[in-house]
Amino acid sequence: MRFVFDGREHIAEPGDTLAAALLRNGVRIVATSLYAGRPRGVFGIGAEEPNAYVHVDSGGGETMLRATQVEVYDGLRARSLAGKGDLGTEPDTARYDKTHAHCDVLVVGAGPAGLAAALAAGASGARVILADEQPALGGGLLGARALLDGAPAADWLAAAAARLAAMPEVRVLPRTTVTGYHDHNYLTAVERRADCLADPPPHMARQRLWHIRARQVVLAAGAHERPIAFADNDRPGVMLAGAAASYAWRHGVLPGRRAVVFGAHDGALVAARDLADAGVEVAALADVRDGSVVVGTEADADGVLTAALIAPLGADGRPAGAPERVGCDLLAVSGGWDPAVHLCSQSGGRLAWSDEVAAFVPATSAQQERSVGAARGTFDLAAALAEGSDAGAQAAEATGFQGSGAELPTVESVPMDRQSPADERPFGAGRALAGRPPAAFFCVEPADEAAAGRVFVDLQRDATLRDLRRAVGAGMTSSEHVKRYTTIGTAADQGRTSGVLAVGLLANVLGRSMTDVGTTTYRPPYTPMSFALLAGRDRGRLADPERITALHAWHEARGAPFEDVGQWKRPWYFPQPGETGQPQDTMEQAVLRECRAAREDVAAMDASTLGKIELQGADVGEFLDRIYTGVFSALKVGRCKYGVMCAADGMVLDDGTVSRLSEGRWLMTTTTGNAGVVLDWLEEWLQTEWPSLDVRCTSVTEQWATVALVGPRSREVLAGLAPDLDVSNESFRFMDFREAEVAGLPARVFRISFSGELAYEINTPSWYGLALWQAVMAAGVTPYGTETMHVLRAEKGFVIVGQETDGTVTPQDLGMGWAVSKKKPDFVGKRSHQRADTARAGRKQLVGLLPDDARTVLAEGAQLVTGPPPTPPTPTHGHVTSSYRSAALERPFALAMVIDGAARHGETLYAVDGDQVTPVTVVEPVRYDKEGARRDG
Amino acid sequence: MSERSERTVRRSDETPEHPDFLWRDPEPRRHYDVVIVGAGGHGLATAYYLAKNHGITDVAVLERGWLAGGNMARNTTIIRSNYLWDESAAIYEHALKLWEGLEDDLGYPIRFSQRGVLNLAHNLGDVREGRRRVNANRLNGVDAEWLTPDEVKKVCPILNTSPDVRYPVLGATFQPRAGIAKHDYVAWGFARGAYQRGVDLIQNCEVHGFRRDGERVVGVETSRGFIGAGAVALSAAGHTSVLAEQLGFRLPLQSHPLQALVSELLEQVLDTVVMSNSVHVYVSQAHKGELVLGAGIDAYNGYGQRGSFHVIEQQMAAAVELFPIFSRAHVLRTWGGIVDVSPDASPIIGRAPVDGVYVNCGWGTGGFKATPGVGWVYADTIAHGRPHPLAEPFALERFVTGALIDEHGAAAVAH
Repeated sequence: MRFVFDGREHIAEPGDTLAAALLRNGVRIVATSLYAGRPRGVFGIGAEEPNAYVHVDSGGGETMLRATQVEVYDGLRARSLAGKGDLGTEPDTARYDKTHAHCDVLVVGAGPAGLAAALAAGASGARVILADEQPALGGGLLGARALLDGAPAADWLAAAAARLAAMPEVRVLPRTTVTGYHDHNYLTAVERRADCLADPPPHMARQRLWHIRARQVVLAAGAHERPIAFADNDRPGVMLAGAAASYAWRHGVLPGRRAVVFGAHDGALVAARDLADAGVEVAALADVRDGSVVVGTEADADGVLTAALIAPLGADGRPAGAPERVGCDLLAVSGGWDPAVHLCSQSGGRLAWSDEVAAFVPATSAQQERSVGAARGTFDLAAALAEGSDAGAQAAEATGFQGSGAELPTVESVPMDRQSPADERPFGAGRALAGRPPAAFFCVEPADEAAAGRVFVDLQRDATLRDLRRAVGAGMTSSEHVKRYTTIGTAADQGRTSGVLAVGLLANVLGRSMTDVGTTTYRPPYTPMSFALLAGRDRGRLADPERITALHAWHEARGAPFEDVGQWKRPWYFPQPGETGQPQDTMEQAVLRECRAAREDVAAMDASTLGKIELQGADVGEFLDRIYTGVFSALKVGRCKYGVMCAADGMVLDDGTVSRLSEGRWLMTTTTGNAGVVLDWLEEWLQTEWPSLDVRCTSVTEQWATVALVGPRSREVLAGLAPDLDVSNESFRFMDFREAEVAGLPARVFRISFSGELAYEINTPSWYGLALWQAVMAAGVTPYGTETMHVLRAEKGFVIVGQETDGTVTPQDLGMGWAVSKKKPDFVGKRSHQRADTARAGRKQLVGLLPDDARTVLAEGAQLVTGPPPTPPTPTHGHVTSSYRSAALERPFALAMVIDGAARHGETLYAVDGDQVTPVTVVEPVRYDKEGARRDG
Repeated sequence: MSERSERTVRRSDETPEHPDFLWRDPEPRRHYDVVIVGAGGHGLATAYYLAKNHGITDVAVLERGWLAGGNMARNTTIIRSNYLWDESAAIYEHALKLWEGLEDDLGYPIRFSQRGVLNLAHNLGDVREGRRRVNANRLNGVDAEWLTPDEVKKVCPILNTSPDVRYPVLGATFQPRAGIAKHDYVAWGFARGAYQRGVDLIQNCEVHGFRRDGERVVGVETSRGFIGAGAVALSAAGHTSVLAEQLGFRLPLQSHPLQALVSELLEQVLDTVVMSNSVHVYVSQAHKGELVLGAGIDAYNGYGQRGSFHVIEQQMAAAVELFPIFSRAHVLRTWGGIVDVSPDASPIIGRAPVDGVYVNCGWGTGGFKATPGVGWVYADTIAHGRPHPLAEPFALERFVTGALIDEHGAAAVAH
């Protein structure tokens, strides 16, 4: 396989990660550090990698990926980064999927413990999901040298995979990182699909986001190797020892030819042995437990490691004596293993320091989870297998299945005292150290303060021992403060190789215990998740559902521009040929024409988007009396009534009509944008305050198409469409409701007007909506949109909730005290209406405004002041809520909320919009047909 | 060896050098003139201004956890003063003016960056409300402009202003003096300033009761013993209602989780702050390079600092719609804070119904930007035993009188 890194082509072997391939090709410098600009090499082998962050240009492109986890495919193109990602400029066209799953047992990690857990739980018949971030099952067993049942581990892994595949209730998800552990055993995982393939099929999503609800969780995510800090510990060539050995045994890549191994636990000795057995010359072994440490390194002109400086450790824990220089191109470091406690911590579990394993381990559990294997500090292979098997069986039993544990292999480790060629090298001396407890050792004291500035604690953030000491010196005693002061642990690697180091250093300096200092909180996600993945398919037109009415296609065909109202698309106006110019001019011509049609002839609007809630039950009348400010319980069947509802603070929440369809069935309409809010509001009161009321609410908005038929000729048009309906003013009165056949379609007809004109709202089941509309149009009716609707209602002084109101306006402020019952004992908002400030005179009140020049259409949102020119701070007396050019009035006009407005009719105010100041006269809000003569046609 | 390989870490402009000394942890004394409960930004700023403006230095700030570890450590650091109502604009503008001199005043590099804030409009109702706000701001002497979509594009080129998206950008309000600051540094700056003037900052000290003498409070019971107090100033965000309960009065607060997140460090792509209420995104790019985004508020009440995952998903969908190039960014870390929301979404500042007790709470999502302003007026209120003029409208009594300062904005789009 060929791939390109930083413009140079290289060859990779199947199974290589980018990091393995770079080491294979002798690429030592893979990144430049963020602040210091120092060269950096591959440091780890997995999610813990702090240095080798790359930008992949092929396959759609992605930035800030760990080279240790990027799978190489033929044609991969990548480049090094200097600690910062590059978002590029091209849109990302890849697809991202989401899916949901439930399971009895989720096993996180398919290393030995996780596999044993999955096998045990799976054997019980429980539904199991086994997720692992690597492409192959095995975790730490990949490349391991131990023999299982007398054979290489790969054989047992293959058999285990086959057994899992044969279990119908077990789902194995390789390349899947469990990233989040939320409340109620809800976990998220990222499955990488197309982005590891050279030529993915076009249907394949790049990544898939899993939402998993698991009854039980087994955390077997393994452990991350912890380094030891010392001066110049960031040279390319300095690596985690276990990682170095794994590159050798798993990938067949020698990360160096001549190594110095530096450690504080047996893991370092194992790595040294494995490196030696792989053919690396182990030039020296420094073991803290043996009183020997690396105090510094030397490098060539490029900054690449050339030697390690080894010195004995004095009784005071500081290096003593002159260091010995040992030439090497690999310095393999291992301070211990840190269990991957991230998910346990995210779930709410607490951690504690274990002296036995010299690491933080899970201490208490907050959810239905158990940690096993290396993730809880059990580093012995046989013990981890047994622990996993037990946990799998217990988890299955906890979900009602009969678990019996997995059949486990015998484990035959490579003995430490085995005779090997390595015994002839300095490493041989280390053999005798094996079996001693790990040392909790974090940092080799540098020779001086200048050197402390080169003891890197957080490699990715370039944060050093000097920074940490300054934080403590500044008075900081909390690990959270130190993290924030130094930025240690906040980089893209989330401090996997630095967090515990920092805690250790802090504990040493402050003389406190590790548990007492504690880690900072682990937060999701475990590894970074792309924004695009989280967005999933909710992009473009699917960013938010578009709600359209049954008549939408007709509006579109007529070239109507649409207005977004909540999720709805509403036709704004219907331009006709000859109505030309800028969009604003076209709209003005169209709206004047539509308004004239409604006032002088007949016009129709698609009113289907109005919220419709059907209420049923014996107590609906009582309920509505409590919810609305008016009285509804007395409403007779076949009648409609306008109502205002207030929030608990007495301010207008919504308005609409209620029609009584039959004794126990009522239909409420709401404003378009508030339909969901109102339904929630009703349910909240019913469910939390008045559960004894017999009322059921059902949203029926989308079940009905609504045509508002408006104008002096509307009765004539309706009569033509509904020959069987008596439309006379006497028998079909204002605010009457009738069921009838209209245009041969079943319909409900309401004599309701939002324009002041004779008008009807005809509802038909939405699948007949288009037929009804076409029949209305065929009768020579002018279609109009939301803008004309706004003008018509404003001419009448009718308010729109959310336009005249903003949550600070009472019905009384709107001049609608008539809609508020004085007799009812209570309704939502009544008590607030009695509060001193709400009841006082002189609040902001609804008024009309006439621009003095009779030409200017005021800007909605203009503020009103008493005199020009305003110099701040100028008190505002109110603002323009609605403003239009009126065909009926033959001039522009506006509505406004003005302090003490009802008492200020005739006064001149100045409307201020940006730099424009327009004198206006305050008038009463009803500008058209004050007598209400037009309502009956 | 080359110069390059031997270079030690020299912090670039992106990470300033902190002062060598901030504060020390003292043992609590037996009595203070003023005990402030809660060492968040507000509590620390209040202590600082008590000492600096009023010479009151016998002050302890009690913190149950680590200093400034609550909402102060969890917010998205946006600072602006373009509020609709006069009362709100006055206190936030007072804060903004203090922000403008705060770095010098505190002698601390708080990284206040006046990069401007865009509030996007996505429908006709947003446009109407946006213009209303701009005009109101200008009358109040708050800098504000209304921008057309083309002008928005000039301010923020990576924003998708195409008319063909689900909710096109129809315009925006813009406050050039608005911006961001580094929240931790702000807290530490105030803490250091207060400490230097003799204030005791006492961490790991939880208040679990109050001692009264008749109608008057005389001290607080804490996890580190009784501490006497001439006056007690509550400044504990949502937990203020828990403390008030112990004092025998109720506060109209609801606490909800609110989440935020950061990306990895990225090359600079965004040099202003962009907010959109309609599609629930607010984002800036911090000095170091990470994108900082806030999400919507979880609907349920609670003190758990954990939000729901779907809220993050919705937020990312909106973010990628507005900023297509964000699709390649990664969520590095998410966290939750608690917003304490009052019925009118405005704060409560002033005297409590118990003598000697003061309250400051209910800041909801607006607390960080107010930090110096509220510290200033709260300190003045405590020092004089009466509300500072800017605090007067925000008294607890307004929920009895109905004189609310409702900043929820328009209830909804309608019809």
